[in-house]
Amino acid sequence: MTGADALEVVVRAVAVLAAFLVLPLLVGQTEHKVMAHMQGRLGPMYAGGFHGWAQLVADGVKFVQKEDITPAAADKGVFRFAPAVALVPYLVAMAVIPLSPDVVAADAPAGAVFVLAVTAVGILGTLMAGWASANKYSLLGAMRAAAQLLSYELPMVLAVASVCLAAGTLSLTGIAHAWSPWWLLWQLPGAVVFLVSAVAELQRPPFDMPVADSEIVFGAYTEYTGLRFAFFLLSEYAGIVVMSLLFTVLYLGGWQGPLSDQLGWLWTVLKGFCIAVVVIWLRVAWPRLREDQLQRLAWLVLVPLALAQLALTGVWVVLTA
Amino acid sequence: MSEPTKPQPANPASSNARPARRSSGGAVPGILKGLATTARTLARPTHTAEYPDVSPHLPPRSRGVIALLEENCTSCMLCARECPDWCIYIDSHKETIPATTPGGRDRQRNVLDRFAIDFSLCMYCGICIEVCPFDALHWSPEFEYSELDIRDLLHEKDRLGQWMPTVPPPPALDEHAAEPAEVAAVNKPPRTARTPTARPARPTRVTPAPEGEA
Repeated sequence: MTGADALEVVVRAVAVLAAFLVLPLLVGQTEHKVMAHMQGRLGPMYAGGFHGWAQLVADGVKFVQKEDITPAAADKGVFRFAPAVALVPYLVAMAVIPLSPDVVAADAPAGAVFVLAVTAVGILGTLMAGWASANKYSLLGAMRAAAQLLSYELPMVLAVASVCLAAGTLSLTGIAHAWSPWWLLWQLPGAVVFLVSAVAELQRPPFDMPVADSEIVFGAYTEYTGLRFAFFLLSEYAGIVVMSLLFTVLYLGGWQGPLSDQLGWLWTVLKGFCIAVVVIWLRVAWPRLREDQLQRLAWLVLVPLALAQLALTGVWVVLTA
Repeated sequence: MSEPTKPQPANPASSNARPARRSSGGAVPGILKGLATTARTLARPTHTAEYPDVSPHLPPRSRGVIALLEENCTSCMLCARECPDWCIYIDSHKETIPATTPGGRDRQRNVLDRFAIDFSLCMYCGICIEVCPFDALHWSPEFEYSELDIRDLLHEKDRLGQWMPTVPPPPALDEHAAEPAEVAAVNKPPRTARTPTARPARPTRVTPAPEGEA
């Protein structure tokens, strides 16, 4: 490896890290403000001076100052390692998601499979956190998270398989290249299935049974404080960013739009931001599902819908090939 | 999406007891309605009162703080005695005013030494203001007098007097309300001298017969 190659790797890694630290904060601030206005409130107004733009920075400073507590009965190594396991997969996933054909940190040949595999690891962090906390509520939350992941990974994989089948490639860049507006209708059931599964994988309301605060305190994160707790929160918002960008690339054509040669990356980011706002909107509008309703939705609605979409895609691809 | 629209056979009581739930249209219209409600609220102005930056618009009869007009106070102690939690402290002494005319009588008046309201005890019932016959106590809408030490909530009479300029003028009477007592007293026709002839003689009191009672 030459010096120029090494420099390029470093620059790409730093760029992904910067995006990983900035975009989740943008989504978090958007959630603060959009949720507030949807409830007739103003949200943060003071931090940073202008409409509380620095609220999450201030939150971060606060988290850093807090005491880092490890429960006496906890499995200390696992307990301390769990936030990293929850956080890093989304960082890795962000590296392979293309913002445009040029703006991508690592253009993996089977990017779709890679992203799905990596994001599934993130739930392992929740499971580790719950198991190592030596707390009943944490364990319950972790079990719920594991059950939720198992249920919703299948419809999500099926939905992505349908898109890959339609595009004839597993590369995320290739999928976005093959996209045409006709997909908006053709892949609509798959898109709905993917969005619902993504929200469930992120443990966001209305699928936040693993952290249901009225039932099990805060689920697997009950015993966490300070920076480690902040890492779990950051991983949730990084997950929103990853899933929104992935949805954009798979179902909305990524960078396709006017002036896509120069402003392609901007289109991807804008479309992804709109999806993130939708994810926030769902949280504000809907109450939490019960655990049995969650499983019923996954197995009786989403999986058949995703299978039907896959069959439709397969038939259409065979007929038109 | 997740909820079946038909009533669950496992739970017949709820579907029978509340048939009105069927008319809501099922799960899918319900979740769409939720989205529409939040979107509509997003498009409308918020309800937040930005209090420290924007002072609130208070109605004129707000119960903020009690103001004392010291000149009107006669130390009659009615307010202190009516106060449900005994948070009004009054000290006074009598002064003798010598007669102004030769051979006249010396007069006495009350002098207010101390008038204090402990707002850490006050429950803002307003009974002291209602009961004051001389209009010495008034409601003021000012409310920003919190203190770091609870003992500083005991307002002495100079502090209570400082609230007086903030007392709003009394609201205008309703259109067909009875005229105020002061106006009515002025407008009443003057009393005329009685004419003895017009008045019938008072009947002499009849003492009951003692045998009737027995």
